[in-house]
Amino acid sequence: MSGEPRLVEVRKNVLKQNDVIARALRERFRKAGVLAISLVSSPGSGKTAFLEKMLTLLQPRYRVAALVGDLATENDAARLARSQAPVKQILTGTVCHLEAAMVENALAGWDLNNLDFLFIENVGNLVCPSSYDLGEDLRFVLLSVTEGEDKPLKYPTIFNSADVAVITKSDLAAAVEFDEAAARCNIQAVRPGMEVFKLSAKTGEGMAEYLNFLERRRIPSRAASGV
Amino acid sequence: MHELSIAMSIVEMAQEEADSRGQLQVQAVHLRLGKLCGVVKEALLSSYEMACHATPLEGSQLLIEEIPVEVFCPKCEVPRLVTSIQWFRCPECGTPTPTVLHGKELEVVALEIRE
Repeated sequence: MSGEPRLVEVRKNVLKQNDVIARALRERFRKAGVLAISLVSSPGSGKTAFLEKMLTLLQPRYRVAALVGDLATENDAARLARSQAPVKQILTGTVCHLEAAMVENALAGWDLNNLDFLFIENVGNLVCPSSYDLGEDLRFVLLSVTEGEDKPLKYPTIFNSADVAVITKSDLAAAVEFDEAAARCNIQAVRPGMEVFKLSAKTGEGMAEYLNFLERRRIPSRAASGV
Repeated sequence: MHELSIAMSIVEMAQEEADSRGQLQVQAVHLRLGKLCGVVKEALLSSYEMACHATPLEGSQLLIEEIPVEVFCPKCEVPRLVTSIQWFRCPECGTPTPTVLHGKELEVVALEIRE
């Protein structure tokens, strides 16, 4: 009997199961012509207010829906339901992030062919959600002016994993002496070339530019077949 | 803190691989962990011990190889290691680059088996 251990090669991604589901979701979104957008941020950065405003503004022209993740309470879904768009709450219990399987389960019974935009609001957390692909086309990271300009440097991983940064609560910028140039510089340091929007869901400032961006990013197949 | 659920996935995966090869006894799990995968090494190590509790992997070790973040510099046209994940620029010429080649790994590479 030898005490020497033997090495057995495995080479498997630990999150393979999640990634397989995420890939399947992405393919479903593409086929149905729905642009899926996830939102990540720290708690209290204004994800829900931003989402409510977006749903309300998009609703007259597009078919929109939202999934919202939270550890507990269905308050967010109730708030968003005021926009009249279909909204479903995903309660994660003690889990600090959404996973692709939760999104898949929440979509059961929804016909994606009847949607143009699907928003997925992740649990308020700037750490854990970065590791999990949800099948989204675009990941937005939100940063409110009240949080400080150095948030991107403190949480580089999530900022790097996102496609677009949104600076929220711009109406409070002067009151908290928000240094916008520094914030933009920090965002570019952790994710060079990232598109940045600055807006206020409360006053509507900056929302028009943002909506233009969304319209430009609509899935081409849907835009073409809609002619 | 999602390291515990990641650790549980690692234990589950290692167990499945060991079983599928004939009920092997796992002594250690070799893992590649990218600096940009969003998982903290220390938290993962302590979670691993918990995740192994009352499983056939109890007492096994998690051996982590940390993978630095490598980007592609569009100007030098070669891969480069970034000096900090707060500064995605070529360390040689300073050109910003969002193209990440390595550093997002989270994979079980091998199992050490007791014969």
